[in-house]
Amino acid sequence: MLYREAGQFKTSYAADQAIFPLAQDRIGMAIILAVAFIAIPAVANEYWLQTIMIPFLILSLAALGLNVLTGYAGQLSLGTGGFMAVGAFAAYKFATAFPEMNIIVVFLISGLISAAVGIVFGVPSLRIKGFYLAVATLAAQFFLLWLLVKYPWFYNYDPSGVISAPPIDIFGFAIDTAVSKYMLTLIIVSVLALATKNLVRSHIGRGWMAIRDMDIAAEIIGFRPLTTKLSAFAVSSFLVGVAGAMYAFLYLGSVEAAAFDITTSFNILFMVIVGGLGSVLGSFIGAAFILTLPIFLDNFPRMLGFEISVETVTHLQFMIFGALIIFFLIVEPHGLARLWTITKEKLRAWPFPY
Amino acid sequence: MAFFLEVLTGGLLTGVLYSLVALGFVLIFKASGVFNFAQGAMVLFAALFFVGFIDLGVPVVLSAILTIAVMILLAYLIERLVLSHLVNQEAISLFMATIGISYFLDGFGQTIWGSDIRRLDIGLPQDAFVFGASVLGDDIFVNELDVVAAVVAGALVAVLAVFFSKTKIGRALRAVADDHQAAMSVGIPLRSIWMIVWAVAGIVGLVAGIMWGAKLGVQFSLSLVALKALPVLILGGFTSVPGAIVGGLMIGAGEKLAEVYLGPVIGGAIEDWFAYMLAMIFLLFRPQGLFGEKIIERI
Repeated sequence: MLYREAGQFKTSYAADQAIFPLAQDRIGMAIILAVAFIAIPAVANEYWLQTIMIPFLILSLAALGLNVLTGYAGQLSLGTGGFMAVGAFAAYKFATAFPEMNIIVVFLISGLISAAVGIVFGVPSLRIKGFYLAVATLAAQFFLLWLLVKYPWFYNYDPSGVISAPPIDIFGFAIDTAVSKYMLTLIIVSVLALATKNLVRSHIGRGWMAIRDMDIAAEIIGFRPLTTKLSAFAVSSFLVGVAGAMYAFLYLGSVEAAAFDITTSFNILFMVIVGGLGSVLGSFIGAAFILTLPIFLDNFPRMLGFEISVETVTHLQFMIFGALIIFFLIVEPHGLARLWTITKEKLRAWPFPY
Repeated sequence: MAFFLEVLTGGLLTGVLYSLVALGFVLIFKASGVFNFAQGAMVLFAALFFVGFIDLGVPVVLSAILTIAVMILLAYLIERLVLSHLVNQEAISLFMATIGISYFLDGFGQTIWGSDIRRLDIGLPQDAFVFGASVLGDDIFVNELDVVAAVVAGALVAVLAVFFSKTKIGRALRAVADDHQAAMSVGIPLRSIWMIVWAVAGIVGLVAGIMWGAKLGVQFSLSLVALKALPVLILGGFTSVPGAIVGGLMIGAGEKLAEVYLGPVIGGAIEDWFAYMLAMIFLLFRPQGLFGEKIIERI
């Protein structure tokens, strides 16, 4: 009833090409942004911001990066953690070498460095496909982490192994409270998400999807596999690298390779697949789901009044996590974002679906 | 020279252990096209049950039989509860489902049996012995357990080869691997074939679990051995049983030699990633692995 496009005429190409062609979508998006920018910082306490909202936004960005590569361009990657680590260490090197540099610039530069590394590790994708490529990207994961731990230059010869991220300030504002960190994260993530959304709607994004659906056919209709695949690797690694830098600076507060191990790569892949391959919205939903599930599982037995040993809880978490992944794959193999699409389709025809 | 040979044999024999894990992958991939990430978890799961039964005082042979029964039941449940709902889904969804299975098995096994490191002692030899008395005047030390593992792996491959080529089920498996629909149309029951292949992979997992367990103790890290089996797989090709063995030998030997000779040059602990790099560079020249089926692209 409320959600339908009847009466909304598009009189220009610009209106037809809009990201949200429906007025209802625009209103909904405006409400979400208003909640994110105004309501949450005003209401949420430090715990919520620090343990849920900030990692949620950062991991969404990482998932978005992987989604560009895996969901849009069809190149399965298990090396996300490695690229995040590159971003984090690059940001650390730049922030300590040029302390007066604006932190946003630092993040963007570390994203670019990560993109360069991504291109190097993307080269095999020109020859290798599917699961073979997934295993090849594991090389990136293990090699990059090894490199970053092995050569002390990357962490300024700090003997402790755990390096705290330098304090941040932007235009004179110190970013040290949870709210300010949240706002900075939110701004960067929203801008990059908008940029990505537009990128995948463009010529470049269509090229990625053509390559994903059938690379030989895409080549025949004029998309060069070299530039298309490597641009997907570059954009993906850029987003993932920025996410890694923010993960270290704004969430962990320390730069350590251990935070970006293979488990992180898998978790981000989970987010992308549970959320929905080839969907910007799906990256956010998936990140929210995979991030909050363990927190929920942690607290759930206590809410019911059970006292279980910590070890058993960890194992039970593993079990439930695995079972839920399988459950969601069976119920909706195309990810949670598809549920939203289906709901929208239903709403448009409601209450007379025939 | 003798030192080189010692490192080489050590590496080759470790490679055999990788091959044992990789074998399970190959079996399932061949028969169902599923990239079974849970193979490592199945190795741990089987080893946990085996060692758990032994600790309860069950004789070794009986606990092996019981564990095999558990693995068959597991195969049945996986087919019933997971795979049958995901028929005709994209390969990546199935891959994710197996990651889910692997999380579940890791949690389940440890919930039942705890997460302590358990020693697996069923009389497998542990000592190093002197091999080939002297090569160029030096002795070569070889770990006896590794030799046992190599013999077992060889026997397993022989049994599997006979199973695949001589028995009715084996022929059905190969038919399914070739073409699902054609196999179904000549009356091969796809679902029970998948169950059988998962059960066989589970039993191979048990063998791998016993060998690794005797070497490292039964603990969570067994589950991570699966990650090392991946480069073995892509070296050998996903669809080739001999490929898994040869790939394992190459990775095992390459990794040890690199650690000993290359490690000091660029800084140690390169064992962690060398296998993946080797596999990746290898793939650049031969995208389907050593023995994989030639990839034919159609539009």
